[in-house]
Amino acid sequence: MKYSPHPLLTSTVALILLGLGWQGCSAGKPKGQAPVVLEYWEKWTGFEREAMARLVDEFNSSQNRIFVRFLSVSRIDQKMMLATAGGVPPDVVGLWDVNLPSYAENNALLPLDRLAREAGLREKDYLPVFWKLCHYRGHQWALPSTPSVVALHWNKKMFREAGLDPERPPRTLAELESFNEKITRKNSDGSLAQIGHMPQEPGWWMPDFPSWFGGASWDGGPHLLLDSPSNRAFFQWLQSYPARFGGSELFKLRGGFGTFASPDNPFFQGKVAMILQGVWMDNFIRQYAPEGFSYGVAPFPESTPHPEAPLTIAQTDILVIPTGTRHPREAMEFISFVQQQKHMESLCMAQRKLSPLAKVSDDFYRRHPHPYLREFQRLSQSPRAQPTLCLPTMREYSNDLIIYSNLVLLGRMNGEQARREMAARQQKSLTAKLDRWERVSAVRTAVWDQELRP
Amino acid sequence: MTRKEKRSTLQGLLFIAPWMVGFLALNLYPFCASVWFSLCDYSVLSQQVYLGIRNFQNLIHDPVFWKALTNTLLFAAVSIPLSTIVSIGLAVLLNQPAGAQGFFRTLFFLPCLVPAISLAILWQWMLNGQMGLVNMALRPGLDFLNNLFGCTLRAPDWLNDPSWALWGLVLTGLWGTGQAMVIYLAGLQEIPAELYEAATLDGTSAWQRFLHVTLPMLSPVIFFNVLMGLIGALQTFAVPYILTGGGDGPGRSLLFLATYIYQNAFDFWNMGYASALALVLFLMIAILTLTAVHFGEKKVHYEGR
Repeated sequence: MKYSPHPLLTSTVALILLGLGWQGCSAGKPKGQAPVVLEYWEKWTGFEREAMARLVDEFNSSQNRIFVRFLSVSRIDQKMMLATAGGVPPDVVGLWDVNLPSYAENNALLPLDRLAREAGLREKDYLPVFWKLCHYRGHQWALPSTPSVVALHWNKKMFREAGLDPERPPRTLAELESFNEKITRKNSDGSLAQIGHMPQEPGWWMPDFPSWFGGASWDGGPHLLLDSPSNRAFFQWLQSYPARFGGSELFKLRGGFGTFASPDNPFFQGKVAMILQGVWMDNFIRQYAPEGFSYGVAPFPESTPHPEAPLTIAQTDILVIPTGTRHPREAMEFISFVQQQKHMESLCMAQRKLSPLAKVSDDFYRRHPHPYLREFQRLSQSPRAQPTLCLPTMREYSNDLIIYSNLVLLGRMNGEQARREMAARQQKSLTAKLDRWERVSAVRTAVWDQELRP
Repeated sequence: MTRKEKRSTLQGLLFIAPWMVGFLALNLYPFCASVWFSLCDYSVLSQQVYLGIRNFQNLIHDPVFWKALTNTLLFAAVSIPLSTIVSIGLAVLLNQPAGAQGFFRTLFFLPCLVPAISLAILWQWMLNGQMGLVNMALRPGLDFLNNLFGCTLRAPDWLNDPSWALWGLVLTGLWGTGQAMVIYLAGLQEIPAELYEAATLDGTSAWQRFLHVTLPMLSPVIFFNVLMGLIGALQTFAVPYILTGGGDGPGRSLLFLATYIYQNAFDFWNMGYASALALVLFLMIAILTLTAVHFGEKKVHYEGR
């Protein structure tokens, strides 16, 4: 039988295609003169995405030469890498600070030194720690969008129930562990019902943890410092957990924890009393914690406290311009718009974060809904506020640290053995990456210098 | 060649042209490029630097590669025989003349329609050490044994304990046996009833009929399913990747070769090393498949031959 397409089917397909074509032509395009259209990819979803979408709309309506098309993209780091390799990168991308070293070394980013200078963006306008996070190998690669610092969050009700003063957080790591013992409760079968603190909840800052033991994990050059006393102390500290609480019990308790952004978050549920978290936590508490939930914020305790200059780890979401973009100047114009105090504050307030700028308006403090904003802002201004660890081998390093720390916490590996194995593996990996950099550094630096020439 | 033959050949070539273009662009070229990348240091965004066989030398000294390889082979060695036994057993049961046959066949096949990602998320909860359904089902039995023998058996923490994680994944794999079961069912229905009648007249038991009639007659189907299962098991990626939240599982117990390739290519920026790993995986699949074909052919009974 000869096949002939059904007229109804043909017309339906034609209509759909026409509709899609119409959509494709009209979606998000401005009216009037043809402006330069910038593609802006961002990792945020939900209320964080909405906050930036409002700022993008404000930018689009503030002038008619540039139109920013805003797209929320999952696994943005990988997609940007592939789009750049394919020669069709977006014009602006919102990445994480830890992406910077590997992306810069692999020629995925445009150095922004000259463009930022021309746009009037100066170091003195930013808090030093956030400015530093945008630099690598002597060049500027990014500008901050929304930053954060981390602090101890504690559940006051659980403190009260354990007979502790709910207004008095632990000040040293030894005190943290003594509070931990007091708060932890076991069920009749020996399983854990609740715990004061566990390093793997949420465990997002494991690579930075040795800092609270008084030292760093990288010398910024060719050597990892996993043999340092602070790293040894960190692994010993991890090892103390299965000895005190039982490795499998820790993981079984954790297995019952719900999703972070939900009412089942173990902190809201009263399963974990003390956690290390960022400034954004207040927003999730407002959304998901039970009514009357009361918490406090203080610097995370160190082995040796420095009350006058508390330690914190700083991070920032960043805006970058990929290599090969067609409109770098227009992209910088948009980034500069975001950097203006008024816009930066509205973005950070909508995302419940602090400002990366050196100057903060009274209005920002007054209108910001975070009850502990000043504490976070104070931490970010501390001389001991330090950038999160950003290695060229960050993904491998984090991956290994999760595996080894979990083995130690499970009681399956000795802390010292885990530290030694990890040090050997990761030093080898870093050396290989630095060798690669040595091979291309002359060419790369020449290209960057050319980019920076006026 | 006559004009008609030429025209016919041209038409044939035109018809296969889209496939050929697809094959050349999406299979052959990436394969050749991958062979070249495996000899280079390559991070996707920078120029390849020729290293010779250094990636392969590194691979030999990489304990994570050996761990991933061991996990992959162990998973294949356990999951293929187990799923084969379960799916043949189910097919034989569902081939019996009984009421609601269609309903049960559909019931056992239904899980295959669940996408791998949803399946993995579902099993994440099923295998939860504290409140998972699997452990809830195990606990009464373990309590009974503990009371009876005075021992302290406890339900495993499937996804957090390095000793149990791989077995948890094997359990997850059994969820998809419905697909093989349907193929076995079709194979069982092709076995001539006369063979069973003749065997019954000879006084054989049901087990003997299964061993000497069913299995030999089903052998081409078993061979096909085992071969496909082998290739699939060696390429395992999605379910363990989701089960572990994109990680390697406790103590790397759920790290498979395919995951390690993905990590090196897209997370660690080591496309050259990832290509070397991919080449090793390709050769391993090719050798194991050829070996299986070589030895399997002798054991397979084809009715038509």
